[in-house]
Amino acid sequence: MKTIGKDSRVDDPMADRRSGIEEFWRLLKQNRLAMIGLTIFGLFFCIALLGLVLTTGRNPAFDPAMVRLQEKLRPPLSRPNLETLRPEEVPRLGVYLFGTDDLGRDVFARMLQGAWVSLTVGFVAVGISVIIGIFMGGISGYFGQNHPSMDTLIMRFVDIMLCFPSFFLILTVVALLPASMYNIMIVIGLTSWMGTTRFVRAEFLSLREQDFVTAARALGVNHWRIIFRHMIPNAMAPVLVSATIGIATAILTEAGLSFLGFGVPPPHATWGSILSDGKRFIFDAPWLTFLPGFAILIVVLSFNLFGEGLRDILNPKLRERY
Amino acid sequence: MLSFIGRSIIQKTITLFFVSIVSFLIIHLAPGKPSQVDPLNPKFTPEIVERFRKEFHLDKPIYVQYVYFYRDLFTGKTVSWKDNQSVLGKIWERFLNSLPLFIVGTIITWTLSFPIGIRSAIFRGGLYDRSATFFSYLLISVPGFFFAYVLIIFVVTHFHVPVIGLKTFGIGDASWLRMIMDRVWHLLLPSVLGATGGIAILSRYVRSQMLEVEGQDYVRTARAKGVPEEQVHYKHALRNALLPFVTMFGLILPGLIGGSVIIESIFSWPGMGRMAYEAILARDYPIILTVNFVSAVLVLAGTFVSDLLYLVVDPRIRL
Repeated sequence: MKTIGKDSRVDDPMADRRSGIEEFWRLLKQNRLAMIGLTIFGLFFCIALLGLVLTTGRNPAFDPAMVRLQEKLRPPLSRPNLETLRPEEVPRLGVYLFGTDDLGRDVFARMLQGAWVSLTVGFVAVGISVIIGIFMGGISGYFGQNHPSMDTLIMRFVDIMLCFPSFFLILTVVALLPASMYNIMIVIGLTSWMGTTRFVRAEFLSLREQDFVTAARALGVNHWRIIFRHMIPNAMAPVLVSATIGIATAILTEAGLSFLGFGVPPPHATWGSILSDGKRFIFDAPWLTFLPGFAILIVVLSFNLFGEGLRDILNPKLRERY
Repeated sequence: MLSFIGRSIIQKTITLFFVSIVSFLIIHLAPGKPSQVDPLNPKFTPEIVERFRKEFHLDKPIYVQYVYFYRDLFTGKTVSWKDNQSVLGKIWERFLNSLPLFIVGTIITWTLSFPIGIRSAIFRGGLYDRSATFFSYLLISVPGFFFAYVLIIFVVTHFHVPVIGLKTFGIGDASWLRMIMDRVWHLLLPSVLGATGGIAILSRYVRSQMLEVEGQDYVRTARAKGVPEEQVHYKHALRNALLPFVTMFGLILPGLIGGSVIIESIFSWPGMGRMAYEAILARDYPIILTVNFVSAVLVLAGTFVSDLLYLVVDPRIRL
């Protein structure tokens, strides 16, 4: 009896086996803009972590709050005047890498400190909004069929929240609350979950009808396990995309609030507040405007690019069409 | 059709009612009291504060305050706590200042986005498309206040024209041509800044709609029977791609009152956004609440208009 040879292709009708992550990585490498976004994001993450380590503590390597009035508004890369400074006031690198501001504080140290603020505000705010969004959207989509009133209640609440002009609402609440970094994160998170709720609900409405959910239900798996183990992982793609872009928006919002003077309270530096303080010296010390401005621009751009790339990768329909 | 209109009006009224409650609660439950804004002011004696509280019903329970406030709002009697002027009058005055910004910004957005998006879709994957894509990401990502300063520096150093404010201070007796040019220069930058985000988003949206339609069978058919390429793009594809944009006319309505807080404060533009910002600083609750209420009305009216327009232009969803 002759069989078709073992090494023949006919035996193996399957395509090359690739795990989801390998496939994801392969597609990501093809998308150059998304790859650039991811690289910048990785760099930013390292810098922000480094910034946290180097600028906090009792005796930080880079002290963002050290005032040197005799050294104010020095341009970037200028050398400190060693005769007028006490030894502990000399900047660590022996040079003002990004110059100094109107109080003679080292802008490089302040930018490092601000990087961590931007990063945490972005991630915590989006984390809050994603958790609320998944929870509300999940309940509304999963239980909506049997308890229409619950579905209606949640969706009407979404409608109500969407009626508020978002930046104005955030500004109002932040201005009324005592100034702190945590309040800003929480407020941004609490006012931006509506989109995620809608995505998750829409995904859940279609997933609920699929066979694997019916199978799980027939096996007697309880509701919460179905939601968290079976449905949420399948509904994550649009959530991830909107979360990545949401981080970009949250960073921009925080920078805007800092710019208006409602951000993280001083002496803590944020990119928005460095820019806001520097705008009075825009012609004498343009680096105070341009450095934080470009920093915000590049970080936000990297998140946006990566988010859009993610959308293309996670959605096969978009990929085909180019 | 009529039942749809009736149902959605009822639904939107209910939403509006809850919006009014939520915004009232947010303002009044937040820590801090409006009578404490200026504790160092020697005129703020306890008696004055007490009179102030009585005058504006702040000594009553919160639900009574709610009823008083919205009764005053609907009869047009709400007054600002700061200067005792009619809130609606103040808003109207500021609205007229913001209106030119909104109109010019919208015109810039809509006239630029369509050509950019359509061209990107037709030459998809080419250099033009890729650079347009990159620039639209750039425009979404740039912080408005930073971009504003870059533009101000550029215009001031290259064209030597003043751009801050509504018009140049003390220009009074110049010729009418100079007056008009002065207004145009002052209007240009804030409107361009207001339009940047819109251009980026709308042109991307135009591109994706256009791509969607270009992939349809009837476009291929048109091409197969030898219709000139120009006609395929602009007659067969574009007309159908435009369908969803009709509804966006409704959605730009809320922008009327939005008036960017940041841009108006940078340019010292006495518009809605700045008034709202000053009201927040001064804890002038009637103005904050009224702005919020009016903008909620506009959002709801906008979605209503866009639903109606969709119903009119797309027979498929007319059920």
